[in-house]
Amino acid sequence: MDSYQETVFKLKRYWADRGCIVQEPYDLELGAGTMAPETFLRVLGEKPYKAAYVQPSRRPADGRYGENPNRLYKHQQLQVILKPAPADVIEQYLGSLEAIGIDLVKHDIKLEEDNWESPTLGAWGVGWQVMLDGLEITQFTYFQQCGGIDLEVVPAEITYGLERIVAFLQDVESVYDIEWAPGFKYSDVRLADEQQFSIYNFEMADVQRLWRLFDEHEGECKELLARFRKASDQSRFPILAAYDQVLKCSHLFNLLDARGAISVTERVAVIARVRKLATAVAAAWVRQQNPAAEKEVA
Amino acid sequence: MPDLLLEIGVEEIPDWMIEPALESLDSNLAPVMEKLGGGQAWTDATPRRLVYRSRYTLDKEPDEDTLVQGPSLGAGEKAAAGFARKMGVAVTELSPMDTGKGLYFSVRRQTIGLPARELLAAALPAAIAGVQFPKTMHWAAKDGIRFIRPIRWVLALLDDEIVPFEIGGVASGDWTYGHRVLGGKGPIHITIGEYYPMLRENYVVVRASDRESRIRAGLGEGVRPDPELLKTLVYLTEFPTAIRGSFDPQYLALPAEILSTVMRHHQRYFTVETPAGTLSPEFVTVTNTDGDEDGLIRKGNERVLRARFNDARFFWRVDQQKKLSARVEDLAKVTFQAKLGSYKEKAERVQQLAVQIATRVHADENVVSIAALLSKCDLTTEMVKEFTELQGIVGGLYAREQGEGEAVAMAIYDHYKPVSMEDSIPRSLEGQVVALADKIDTLRECFRVGLIPTGSKDPFALRRAAQGMVKILAEAKLPVDLFSFVGSNEELLQFLHERIAHYLREVKGFPYDEVNAVTAAKAGVLPDVLDRLIALHDVRSTPNFEPLAASFKRIENILKQAEVGDTGLVKPELLAPGPEQDLYHSFLRVRNEMTKGGSYSAKLTSIASLRPQVDLFFDKILVNDPDAAIRRNRLALLAGLLTEFSTIADFSEIVTQGGNAQN
Repeated sequence: MDSYQETVFKLKRYWADRGCIVQEPYDLELGAGTMAPETFLRVLGEKPYKAAYVQPSRRPADGRYGENPNRLYKHQQLQVILKPAPADVIEQYLGSLEAIGIDLVKHDIKLEEDNWESPTLGAWGVGWQVMLDGLEITQFTYFQQCGGIDLEVVPAEITYGLERIVAFLQDVESVYDIEWAPGFKYSDVRLADEQQFSIYNFEMADVQRLWRLFDEHEGECKELLARFRKASDQSRFPILAAYDQVLKCSHLFNLLDARGAISVTERVAVIARVRKLATAVAAAWVRQQNPAAEKEVA
Repeated sequence: MPDLLLEIGVEEIPDWMIEPALESLDSNLAPVMEKLGGGQAWTDATPRRLVYRSRYTLDKEPDEDTLVQGPSLGAGEKAAAGFARKMGVAVTELSPMDTGKGLYFSVRRQTIGLPARELLAAALPAAIAGVQFPKTMHWAAKDGIRFIRPIRWVLALLDDEIVPFEIGGVASGDWTYGHRVLGGKGPIHITIGEYYPMLRENYVVVRASDRESRIRAGLGEGVRPDPELLKTLVYLTEFPTAIRGSFDPQYLALPAEILSTVMRHHQRYFTVETPAGTLSPEFVTVTNTDGDEDGLIRKGNERVLRARFNDARFFWRVDQQKKLSARVEDLAKVTFQAKLGSYKEKAERVQQLAVQIATRVHADENVVSIAALLSKCDLTTEMVKEFTELQGIVGGLYAREQGEGEAVAMAIYDHYKPVSMEDSIPRSLEGQVVALADKIDTLRECFRVGLIPTGSKDPFALRRAAQGMVKILAEAKLPVDLFSFVGSNEELLQFLHERIAHYLREVKGFPYDEVNAVTAAKAGVLPDVLDRLIALHDVRSTPNFEPLAASFKRIENILKQAEVGDTGLVKPELLAPGPEQDLYHSFLRVRNEMTKGGSYSAKLTSIASLRPQVDLFFDKILVNDPDAAIRRNRLALLAGLLTEFSTIADFSEIVTQGGNAQN
């Protein structure tokens, strides 16, 4: 039986062998692997790109103080982005399951409709949830739009739920019983974050301060976007830094939401604020990547 | 007979879209087959393929002769020469044609019909690309073809030869693919005759009916019939195999509603019942495999189900820590609709309205008031956040658990009912009242801010809400006027009139003119509307009725043309003896009978008995008498007839033989 990390190694190896850049996680708080610049920005424009990375994904509202065997405030996604989507992308994906020891002939695999949409990112796609013996193990999406921009080249995004897959492989009932590395369980590695961050996210995070931080990061992003528009040399302008501010805002929104601090009327408006930043950054990134196209339009 | 086989190989199509897609493909190809003399066509599908098979008559499109019309003969030689040049013929080849509006130059043209293969090669790409789906995608580039999911191969054979074309970057060929896992790797080249057996060998059962039979045969004993789930599974699999699993009976302590929802909706399992009809600790899953020799699939599914049930049990326990009654405040944070504020505001409005209705129908006001206020509180529970389709039901279960009493619990449990025209209405009067108030509030508020359904778009399911409201009032026989609760928004009133008429026509099956006649008289009190409608329907077939209805229409027209406004009361002293006085006395007699009560059908029969007097009146009496006072008096008599006897139904709406009612 493979440990958690062994399974991760095998998946990374598998996708590296198929031409993917194996990246490290993005070093900010993200709600999903999709939000990493490796996906969000790279899917824009015409340049082909292939990357695979594990992204710890923080969803404050999903925290359960480490008491629920299947639900986590922070879970690990293995994110694969293939741009353009190869014609045999599903066969490649099924191959990855075989690579981690799942004998497909002995199990039931179904692709069930599940479309994905992120109002905060102005992004959507169509695809499936992949079911293995009744367990959802992967989200498969053909991106159609990102940052409010229709995509030139349609990428396939494959998001593996690592805890679920490994719990299945190791035949354990609780994610905390997963063997992460020989001699170390998932609980040894992660239980403390689940407990402590559940307490922080639900009970202690200072709402006023979080709002101030949200405003600050939003302000910084707006400032950068304004300067980009006026910049004489846009080619070296730090759009990536502006995008970091969007990620900060998104995480703060999630925290405020978990804290129950966002009222009905505010909620839609706050999502719109984040989306406005995200779409502006996406547009700026496209312009920076392809100034020629911009001139043609003008 | 020429034989066509088309298989569009697609990545997994959402199950619910497959049958409509086949219909769309069939109708796109029908005109093409018509050109080839018509014939027989079939469709089939699995999640990964849409199949079209046709045997038709001709191997080529027939040649077609047409006469092309040129300038008028009178236009002269120059015009004729110009036309001949344009058509590429000599002037001598032009012939005169008579269009019925004069003589024109013309030239006979023959279009040579295309051979079937060429015709199909040209027509198939558009027919495929034109298949209608509710949502489509790009997969190569944004200006490329749109389809439900990427097309990966196209098998197109005409009498075993390839019909050559290209669609979405895929060239048609003579190959197909088997089951993703169980089938042979790579393309399978076939002839038409080999199609079904070769796919079967590669673990694809192409026909939906065959897959359904396979599933049915494997279900085993005690499985609760579930036609909707069965259909889903037929279109989620290419090689279905039913596998039975079980769960620890200790989970049966959870409410059956929750267990069933987890199994049916979330896991797509069939549930199993004991001979006594209660839930048995078993399930049947339908896999896309050839059995489960090692029991791994069963074990895997049991494990997932256990985790799901554990979650549900955890939610139940956590949710009980805060009673529904303590959650009303939390509703302030749950959006009802962006423009309409929170569910707390909604619950308070519904409560107020429900109590008003309760007093009118003699429901328990206390029960209604509590149930209405708590009806939305389950939206804040973990259970409903996880199993949204259980909203209402969870509220009911929790209310019972928390000692709110059976009446309150049942009213909350049922208050989303009926969720469709087939669904039953809430069981208790209090449940009916809360359900009505909830629906009326949604309609009133949405119309107030302009969220009005248009065409096929009805994102807030307002039609369903209105339909549910009508169904409750009609079936529970609640004697209240629907329109007394909905305010004065003209669009809403119009919308509700349409929904009432729709219910009476489509659900109750009454002819549209009878529905119009009855609702034109008065539409708001549904049980009364139905009583009048049934009476009208019965009396209609009696010999006096339709002629009388025609006369009423005539009266209406006469009054309309007379434009006298208020005619005042009839002055008996001005009535001429004979038909005029006879009609008046009959009118008084019938009106008197009407005030004595009795059934609607007795009343209608009584009105219909006026027919001979009305006929004689029109036969012998000129309404437009030169004497203005007499004329006015006759109009008053007619107006009296119309207004007094149109309260049950407006007879002028009845479509009679020899005349059409105005809609």
